[in-house]
Amino acid sequence: MKRTAQPVAPCVVAVCANRSAAPRKRLASIFATLLLASTPLLMAASEAPSTPAISPPPSAAPPDDGQWTMPAKNYASTRYSELTEINEGNAKDLQVAFTFSTGVNKGQEAAPLVVGGTMYIVSPFPNIVYALDLTKPGAPMKWKFEPNPEPAAQGVACCDVVNRGAAFADGRIFFNTLDGHTIALDANTGQPIWNAHIGNINIGETITMAPLVVKGKVLVGNSGGEMGVRGWVKALDAGDGHVVWTAYGTGPDKDVLIGPDFKPHYDMDKGKDLGVTTWPPEAWKIGGGNMWGWISYDPDLNLIFHGTGNPGPWNPDLRPGDNKWTSGIFARDPDTGAAKWFYQWSPHDLHDYDGINEQVLLDMNWQGKPRKVLVRPERNGYLYILDRTTGEVLSAKPFGPVNSSKGVDLKSGRLIENPDKKTGTGKVVRDICPTASGLKDWQPSAFSPKTGLLYIPHNNLCMDEEGVEVNYIAGTPYVGMNVRMIPGPGGNRGAFTAWDIAAQKPAWSLKENFPVWSGAVVTAGDVVFYGTMEGWFKAVSAKTGDLLWQFKTASGIIGQPITYRGPDGRQYVAILSGVGGWAGAIVSGDLDPRDATAALGFVNAMKDLKEATTAGGTLYVFRLP
Amino acid sequence: MRPGTAMLLFALLTLAACQREERDTRPQNSLGSGEQPTPVTTLEPGGQRASASDNKAASFEANAFHLSEGKRLFSWFNCSGCHANGGGGMGPALMDQKWLYGSSIESIHATIRDGRPKGMPSFRDKIPDDQIWELAAFVRSLSGNAPSSAAPQRNDDMMPHPSENRLPDAATLGKSP
Ligand code: HEC
Repeated sequence: MKRTAQPVAPCVVAVCANRSAAPRKRLASIFATLLLASTPLLMAASEAPSTPAISPPPSAAPPDDGQWTMPAKNYASTRYSELTEINEGNAKDLQVAFTFSTGVNKGQEAAPLVVGGTMYIVSPFPNIVYALDLTKPGAPMKWKFEPNPEPAAQGVACCDVVNRGAAFADGRIFFNTLDGHTIALDANTGQPIWNAHIGNINIGETITMAPLVVKGKVLVGNSGGEMGVRGWVKALDAGDGHVVWTAYGTGPDKDVLIGPDFKPHYDMDKGKDLGVTTWPPEAWKIGGGNMWGWISYDPDLNLIFHGTGNPGPWNPDLRPGDNKWTSGIFARDPDTGAAKWFYQWSPHDLHDYDGINEQVLLDMNWQGKPRKVLVRPERNGYLYILDRTTGEVLSAKPFGPVNSSKGVDLKSGRLIENPDKKTGTGKVVRDICPTASGLKDWQPSAFSPKTGLLYIPHNNLCMDEEGVEVNYIAGTPYVGMNVRMIPGPGGNRGAFTAWDIAAQKPAWSLKENFPVWSGAVVTAGDVVFYGTMEGWFKAVSAKTGDLLWQFKTASGIIGQPITYRGPDGRQYVAILSGVGGWAGAIVSGDLDPRDATAALGFVNAMKDLKEATTAGGTLYVFRLP
Repeated sequence: MRPGTAMLLFALLTLAACQREERDTRPQNSLGSGEQPTPVTTLEPGGQRASASDNKAASFEANAFHLSEGKRLFSWFNCSGCHANGGGGMGPALMDQKWLYGSSIESIHATIRDGRPKGMPSFRDKIPDDQIWELAAFVRSLSGNAPSSAAPQRNDDMMPHPSENRLPDAATLGKSP
């Protein structure tokens, strides 16, 4: 499948903006006539901007206060800012306001936070937290906190030693360390308040995700799907860090917190202890289903939504069955962890399609009826729209080239596998699209209620796979798959696609040479920001995708942009630059491109990245002059 | 023969027999049990010592059987999970000319046996010593440090890179001879 930019109709705002005093009078009289002639019509029209057709529930996306207190901006995970000082017209004038070195030359995937007059950033391993004083020129350091994680943790982190950010709540900064700690700091002083050791690196467990704080609980999950680690999500008490509940991604119902409230929509997810019975004996104990991605929260429904990672090992022949509850999504009660529903994106996953991407919570009309939905650009290549009260799939459309499956059966909810692309022991299967890293990996998208578009940073890669035998040795990789990746159709390894949610098709798409491994942010000024792995930080028009401005940072960008109102009342945009992550491991880990299977096969598609960028770790903050 | 002499002779014979047994099955440290200390630096205040080489090493290096066994064990013990087929991933690349802890077979043997601080596990209790030597010899072949007549020639699986017997000496990569 090939796609070029398809700009939507040029904006009509210019017509309204182009007014002068004289014609205004005439316009007024026309309006008056119109008003008499068609009052209901005009009412509808004037109402449009205040209640857009698709918007997040207000309880999960309150009015913008100019801060950025969690990586996803709000519980609905829209990554949308209502700030308008920077807009399509003036974005070209953006300038650097200040920079700051994190001192760590590894992949910088974190979103900075801004609370009041302070910015907080977390570095990759060794997970240093910095507080920068935004009220002073140059944003000097207010404090820093060094958790000194165990150096050995670096060896068991599958894909660079990244950290996806911190979360702020009730005067505290919460963050995770690679060696399995969740730590609460006093946001003012940087003093540690509690430190909970919840992951064990000796079985290959690490933590890379950003926590989410919901109702006084810090939600955290583990990484380790490539190490035979059994996945879990824990809720820690924000006050003292004790574990309130733990929900596993595999195993008996009681471990998964499946009880009488559990009502999955599809038959394939109904039955007792499916987390045991859909595996070969005992395999669920080392079966993955980790939670290292994003969580959303709907206060009205009192539900959190989180995905589950790939089953382990990757070689599917070694784990016949649907491998519940891996590569799926849970809705849970945040107070108890009790599961409400589950849906499996990729039953018996064949290609490392983790199901942990972001879920954007939106309310929209679906075939004439208002529905509470959850929008998920998924690793397996489909843009899912789910009813978030039930887990029913309303729509699943590929947002890029997919040949590993032939669609989603909306009746049974099941992904329709393509038998030609089925992997197994001793068999080399070629040109599987998307790759293990997915059409889209962790890199979070952004949604604008003004345009109704979801801005998706993603990959365009295919791969060859061969299943091989693998021994489970605790604390070492448990993969069993030889992989080598290649650029996808068209040769551009990345794309930035604006997806029209109502129309279920792309509005426009931009090609990028390398995978777009950075997150996105969109503003009410109709500007979308994202970064490229060469190091360009770009502002494009939210309506057309036209490039408005770009700035070349010191290293490749794989971080999450944010925008905030500074103490001076001005709008700022911030991004961490510093290449790495799975896609950039060739640079941050100095891997050898002559081995096609290096970094689980990703290096083969990124051979030239070393010529395009070098490792780094710098915060850039921009504003208008 | 007096009983005393007989006893002494018997004792001597027995002892001699013990000695011979011991030489075969349990080589002493100095003969290369892989236990001797291996410096991880070439800096030695007060002058450089002659680098200690392990006698056992020689019988593993340049030996086709041991190299191919090393290749098999490299997947078997999940080295390939972290180092891929030499290009690296969670662990560093092993086919390049950059060595954190030394390129000698003794250093590599020590790395596998004792582990290294930033995430290389210690396999001391998992892998018998001879097999650690086989692994170490194979690791060296990844950077072209094994005679092409002895290094593995083909892969049973998807080819990740040219076979080990055709890999160039990483130290001369990109440089004219
Ligand atoms: C869990 C991941 C992991 C596994 C499994 C693993 N390694 Fe490593 N290895 C590492 C890391 C990380 C380092 C770097 C350690 C450091 O810098 O302190 C390393 C370092 C090394 C080095 C030193 C490289 C140098 O430049 O000096 C060698 C040699 C090595 N490993 C060989 C092996 C062999 C052989 C095996 C299998 C028996 C193996 N490794 C298994 C992660 C791993």
